[in-house]
Amino acid sequence: MSKYFPLRFRKGIISFLVDKKAIIVATILFLLTILLFLVSTGMGDMKISLIEVINVLLGKGEKMHVLVIQSFRLPRIIIAVLVGTALAIAGGILQGIVRNPLASPDILGITGGASVAVVLFLAIFSDKNNALTVSIKWMPLAAFIGATVVAFLIYTLAWDHGVSPIKLVLVGIGLFALTQAITTLLMILGPIYQASQANIWLTGTVYGSNWENVKVLAPWTLILLIITFVSSRHLNIQELGDAVATGVGSRVNRQRFILLLLSTGLTGGAVAFAGGIGFVGLLAPHIARRLVGSAFGALLPVSALIGAILVMLADLIGRTMFGATEIPAGVFTAAIGAPYFIYLLFKN
Amino acid sequence: MINHALETRSLTLSYGETPIIDNLDLMIPKGKITVFIGGNGCGKSTLLRSLARLLKPQSGSVLLDGEVIHKMSTKDVARELAILPQGPEAPEGLTVLQLVKQGRYPYQNWMKQWSSEDEQKVNYALEATQMTEFAERHVDSLSGGQRQRAWIAMTLAQDTDTILLDEPTTYLDMTYQIEILDLLFELNENEQRTIVMVLHDLNLACRYAHNIVAVRNKSIYAEGKPEDIITTKLVKDVFQMDCQVATDPIFGTPLCIPYGKGRCLINNTGDNYAQGSFDIRRKSSVRTV
Repeated sequence: MSKYFPLRFRKGIISFLVDKKAIIVATILFLLTILLFLVSTGMGDMKISLIEVINVLLGKGEKMHVLVIQSFRLPRIIIAVLVGTALAIAGGILQGIVRNPLASPDILGITGGASVAVVLFLAIFSDKNNALTVSIKWMPLAAFIGATVVAFLIYTLAWDHGVSPIKLVLVGIGLFALTQAITTLLMILGPIYQASQANIWLTGTVYGSNWENVKVLAPWTLILLIITFVSSRHLNIQELGDAVATGVGSRVNRQRFILLLLSTGLTGGAVAFAGGIGFVGLLAPHIARRLVGSAFGALLPVSALIGAILVMLADLIGRTMFGATEIPAGVFTAAIGAPYFIYLLFKN
Repeated sequence: MINHALETRSLTLSYGETPIIDNLDLMIPKGKITVFIGGNGCGKSTLLRSLARLLKPQSGSVLLDGEVIHKMSTKDVARELAILPQGPEAPEGLTVLQLVKQGRYPYQNWMKQWSSEDEQKVNYALEATQMTEFAERHVDSLSGGQRQRAWIAMTLAQDTDTILLDEPTTYLDMTYQIEILDLLFELNENEQRTIVMVLHDLNLACRYAHNIVAVRNKSIYAEGKPEDIITTKLVKDVFQMDCQVATDPIFGTPLCIPYGKGRCLINNTGDNYAQGSFDIRRKSSVRTV
């Protein structure tokens, strides 16, 4: 029995080779995601049964439940899903173009760039009462700009008749340290209230997400996600190295640039609404690789689901396990991610 | 009808400021096996890479079937010419089939990623390299020889008339070296594919190549059939090594035996009897053909 089967439609205009195992894994993870989504929606200060959650989602259910779910929990959990997905895919792309499993948006400083931009944004556009003077809609743009500036810096600093993956990593690690320093500096210089706000935000949390956020992040993430999935065959080729990729007719540098931009866009969006939820971009593609191998057609969707599950789970634990205190989701992703990163470092 | 697959015209290559190849005119015959030989760092790999448009010439040009390769679309080139670089690495967890499938990249688009033709060419490539039974194994779990065969299968799946290989046998055991070279030889014999490769082993080069290009000092030192050009003088000039050129007792191709130190079991000089080690220097440059 083969592990693969061909899928062809419309007289062969559309054709794919499908990995059976990947389909099974993706289906299981998808069901898990849905289940966790529902369970998570029901949990919190006010416990709501699974059936009631479904009722509410179908437009029925008690008024009080509807209020809690519709206004507070749902947007927050949707943001968690979007952020997890975006970071996981961003990490998967980077690991492919850099050909290194240690690459991720946080480790290369792209998240850091977005963070600097957001802290700057908060500093510039806040009035005395810490209310924003401009629409929150502009925050992802700021984050995206920050992320892009860093990505651009990484690219130009590492450029030497093309960009070698190892240089990308080294320059990225340097820029990561730099963005950390700038963020810290901005926080020290700013007012104390703002610093503590910024600090929670930097650790990464989906606390206080609302529908307004969802309306901005959902289309942004989905569009970039679709473009990335369509580009997965370019990623497959990138992973074989520059010489092989050029040999089979890929325009390596151009595609690497586009892929880097996609990764940056996804990271920027996620960071704008959830701060620096760390290590998801590293962990999710890694676990996915263990499950379905390294062909991106399967790797990307599976990473996305794992990322969504990770962030949802981290947020669920953070808001339910410690009574009245909310622990930012980023604390938990880091708690799992950091040791894993060290393990990977040793292994490599 | 052009009877050379690749051609260079006043080709000059350099890495940064360092010139590697200077003003080279070279023709690679169609349907033959051409092997580049030369000392370490002589520029033979660089030359091969530039023939595959992996390196832009500083001046001059590379022609593929009469067209300037750097002006062709890279996808079009990929349908005519495949290159297997030296020591390629597959990512962890990639299966042989997934690797070989990448050879079809120049024929695919985002909707059409596994056409019947793709499937047929990939199956053929797996068969020709005897990798069919390993198709669903991970590349990183294979032996060195099998792994190299998987990569060659990928270049075969590309379905090109010309295949370039940069030291395809380096780091392989003797058994695998012969296996790989036999495979390439058969591809040439049965399907008249043009094969251009860099080899380190001069004797294997003489055995498999129709045409040898000896690279030295930024240009071509000699070019032609191994039996015509391989002499003690060539080996001395190209590799800075003294040797005797004999005839391979099985294939009749030139066989280069280096001088130097080692155990000697025959009476060489008349006064030195076997047993023990000797330092044998060049005495005469007779070629025993």
